[in-house]
Amino acid sequence: MIIEHPLLGPRDAQEFVYLGDASLIDRPDGMAEDSVECFHDYLYLRSNPAGLHRELWFHEGGDRSWLVVTRDTVTHEIVKVELAADVARQRGRCR
Amino acid sequence: MAYSAFRIALEAIRGHAGWSPVWRDATPRAEYDVIVIGGGGHGLATAYYLAKAFGVARVAVLEKGWLGGGNVGRNTTIIRSNYLLDANEPFYEFSLKLWEGLSRELNYNAMVSQRGVLNLYHSDAQRDAFVRRGNAMLLHGADAELLDTEGVRELAPFLNFENARFPVKGGLLQRRGGTARHDAVAWGYARGASRLGIDIVQNCEVTGFRLKEGRCVGVETTRGPIAARTVGCAVAGSSSRLMGLAGLRLPLESHVLQAFVTEGLKPCVPGVITFGAGHFYVSQSDKGGLVFGGDIDGYNSYAQRGNLPVVEDVCEGGMALMPMIGRAKVLRMWGGNVDMSMDGSPIIDRTPVDGLFLNGGWCYGGFKATPASGWCFAHLLATGEPHPLAARYRLGRFLTGDLIDEKGMGAQPNLH
Repeated sequence: MIIEHPLLGPRDAQEFVYLGDASLIDRPDGMAEDSVECFHDYLYLRSNPAGLHRELWFHEGGDRSWLVVTRDTVTHEIVKVELAADVARQRGRCR
Repeated sequence: MAYSAFRIALEAIRGHAGWSPVWRDATPRAEYDVIVIGGGGHGLATAYYLAKAFGVARVAVLEKGWLGGGNVGRNTTIIRSNYLLDANEPFYEFSLKLWEGLSRELNYNAMVSQRGVLNLYHSDAQRDAFVRRGNAMLLHGADAELLDTEGVRELAPFLNFENARFPVKGGLLQRRGGTARHDAVAWGYARGASRLGIDIVQNCEVTGFRLKEGRCVGVETTRGPIAARTVGCAVAGSSSRLMGLAGLRLPLESHVLQAFVTEGLKPCVPGVITFGAGHFYVSQSDKGGLVFGGDIDGYNSYAQRGNLPVVEDVCEGGMALMPMIGRAKVLRMWGGNVDMSMDGSPIIDRTPVDGLFLNGGWCYGGFKATPASGWCFAHLLATGEPHPLAARYRLGRFLTGDLIDEKGMGAQPNLH
């Protein structure tokens, strides 16, 4: 698989480490009343779709940036690549 | 019809005109006591033991494609019980004992061959870990033997013992481990179940669950609705998709695991051998092909095929361990979808929906578990209570913290 890095252009997926579902960006509030259930859901439960999947890849063998890759889990086709930092800021995180 | 040597001789005289289909391809009825979704090894074994051991005969197995067309036909056929943890080892040892009597039990040749499983170690630390695991196996009544370099050399003189980086220092051998004929396992259980009156329905995909006041009362399928008070899902690889139809999210990711087979060679590999420094394992099929595999590709996938970097990685592992295979040609390679769970261990449990039960999360070790998984799942479906040997394979263990993390990798499915 070739990942179109937003800054570096096309890079082989072998340069990356895979983490998983991009929902891991949305870390729950550890001080909330229901934080035990929230962290269980956050840490262990996955939507695991057959089809388009937004997921986190780390460019370990490159510029060490985190990317959000939108990829079809049935065909392995990659349709969109974003910097995870941009996605996180859009979701209201400071970084 | 029971199979026997006499029967074969009789059919030989008659020109083999008297054989009948191995199982009955059923049309679904409107209602059953139990529906098992998934006509693979685990689903068929569940149905067989439901009728045989628990006296539940009004059972249907629903398969969306053809019988045994999923992971039971796509694995590397290894059977073993060499686990460390208390939650795992008794379960897998029970499974191995069922394997040992399986062909007789089913009156069907599953070609169980106890040719031994040898896990190699390459350092002192690894030897210590294997000693510990071997002792755990012995304590649970399994067999384990620690071999030094010379012991390994006697079994497998072709290994690269003098590898500069990863010399072979010895191995942990389970002589009762080995291989079985994977397709015959599916066919044998299907035949056994069918003879006990169970309906095996092919080309019948489940498209939804019928829920009434929070309880599962049946399924919607491509061949019409079917009612049942108890529905069990054994569709590892696609568990998340199926349970998603009931509104559940599972602690699973689906990944692709590749396997390979070479052209047929003369007998050379005595049993199953695993490389302790890279991820590579190999055995030789009765036809002569080297059957081998390694790591999962590592990203979510439902594609049933992997990519080339893992092919290269697996073959490098093979070359590092046994350079003699360098001239052999890979004949075929394929991929299977597996449920990778969050702690690397399976789930056999109730779900939050009454009447709906889950058997999944087998990671890449489901084949060896087939008999025990079927037995324990049948126990759960028939009695509503988990079987003692599978008592810790609970769906809720991730909330309570009772994880069964054999490799100690944490909630990172692609590392298990």
